[in-house]
Amino acid sequence: MNATSTTPRLIEQFERGLDAPICLTWELTYACNLACVHCLSSSGKRDPRELSTRQCMDIIDELQRMQVFYVNIGGGEPTVRPDFWELVDYATAHQVGVKFSTNGLRITPKVAQRLAKSDYVDVQISLDGATAEVNDAVRGAGSYDMAIRALENLASAGFADAKISVVVTRNNVGQLDAFAALAQRYGATLRITRLRPSGRGVDVWDELHPTAEQQVDLYNWLVAKGERVLTGDSFFHLSGLGAPGALAGLNMCGAGRVVCLIDPVGDVYACPFAIHDRFLAGNVLSDSGFDNVWKNSALFAELRAPQSAGACGSCGHYDSCRGGCMAAKFFTGLPMDGPDPECVVGYGESSLAQPRTMPRPGTDHSRGKPVMLNLSMRPPARACNESPV
Amino acid sequence: MRGLLTVPAGADMAAVIDLDRGWLLHPQVAVRPEPFGALLYHFGTRKLSFLKNRTILAVVQSAAAHETLRNALRGNGVGPADEPPYVHALDVLAASNMLVQRDSQ
Repeated sequence: MNATSTTPRLIEQFERGLDAPICLTWELTYACNLACVHCLSSSGKRDPRELSTRQCMDIIDELQRMQVFYVNIGGGEPTVRPDFWELVDYATAHQVGVKFSTNGLRITPKVAQRLAKSDYVDVQISLDGATAEVNDAVRGAGSYDMAIRALENLASAGFADAKISVVVTRNNVGQLDAFAALAQRYGATLRITRLRPSGRGVDVWDELHPTAEQQVDLYNWLVAKGERVLTGDSFFHLSGLGAPGALAGLNMCGAGRVVCLIDPVGDVYACPFAIHDRFLAGNVLSDSGFDNVWKNSALFAELRAPQSAGACGSCGHYDSCRGGCMAAKFFTGLPMDGPDPECVVGYGESSLAQPRTMPRPGTDHSRGKPVMLNLSMRPPARACNESPV
Repeated sequence: MRGLLTVPAGADMAAVIDLDRGWLLHPQVAVRPEPFGALLYHFGTRKLSFLKNRTILAVVQSAAAHETLRNALRGNGVGPADEPPYVHALDVLAASNMLVQRDSQ
């Protein structure tokens, strides 16, 4: 097979960036009814500068011209925008498919029926525990029931293949089979992604990110049972745990190269996990549109240039993990040209033990400070320890 | 990253392609040409695939204009000796419903 031997490997072409993103994340609002402890965008309150309906439609027109096939819409809780459905309809009418992430708030039976009629809309329900106890500890009381109700409504309406979107944590990594069973029950597909120390996640990452042993379990689970599980390519930092190619996906950092983020005020960041001035490429309003930011920003040019392997240069795994996730390094205060904090060789752990300064997230729309509930992971020794009756 | 095509995990790999029949891109598939080949996106299955060179792109795009897929291969300069990786890629595209038989519409 020499059809591709004259051209660089695909991954190398992707690392140099494409003329348009393969897909992008678009957070429509910072407003949210929940206050998840690990929210990557520190959402809560709406920002008064959020883009108007017309400004959003202009972005969609641009995405259509650039042939961006679909956008991952999120927030905040995007469905609380009064023009949410209008924007979804506008996008799909302009050949821009929509996948949106929701906590389930507005997925009523009526909305579910409407969604089931569209070929161009995909729904992702966020759930961070296969049980209410584990989920609600990070996403808030009642959030498990709300998500399950949404999944039930979608299934009853005949919406095929919704996604259950799980951020893998120390407390739910043991529930992967249970998540897969939940997905099966609702005719849905499981999607699992990596916990990043982004947004409010910076405050809980130390106690919530999977342990080194759990990372190995996670990797083995993905290789053994992950064939129909989506990952958003987010575990490429683990690819050194096995043979090249064992983990499905491109296994590269797409930030500013094949993906990016548009935030609710039109700021363009390299990726959804990098809301900080260090990764701000420009603004769709003040920098003459998204296309211009994508093609001409100095930051994106930097990310598309050859990267230094730095301290990882002599490591045999560098070809697989390529130094890991830029945002995970940045927000844990590690050098950008060193190992990922969850490096499979363990170099991250020793780096984390060194003195370091963690950068604060660039924007914060939190309503107060969300509190994580403590989980009792062990059964009570005696029934009366749990119940006074 | 081997072969002419990258498809997401989970695509059904059953061999279904018949080179002696007419095939075409599914009407819900959008094609974005790229220097390396092309991106394909199926709005129905929401699956993304990468075509990894311009020849396979040309074969896929001209398939509808040829009576058979074999003619589309030959029309784009792919002879019998070079065809196995192309047939494999076309097979995967058919299995993931990106390519459909003309008379099955």
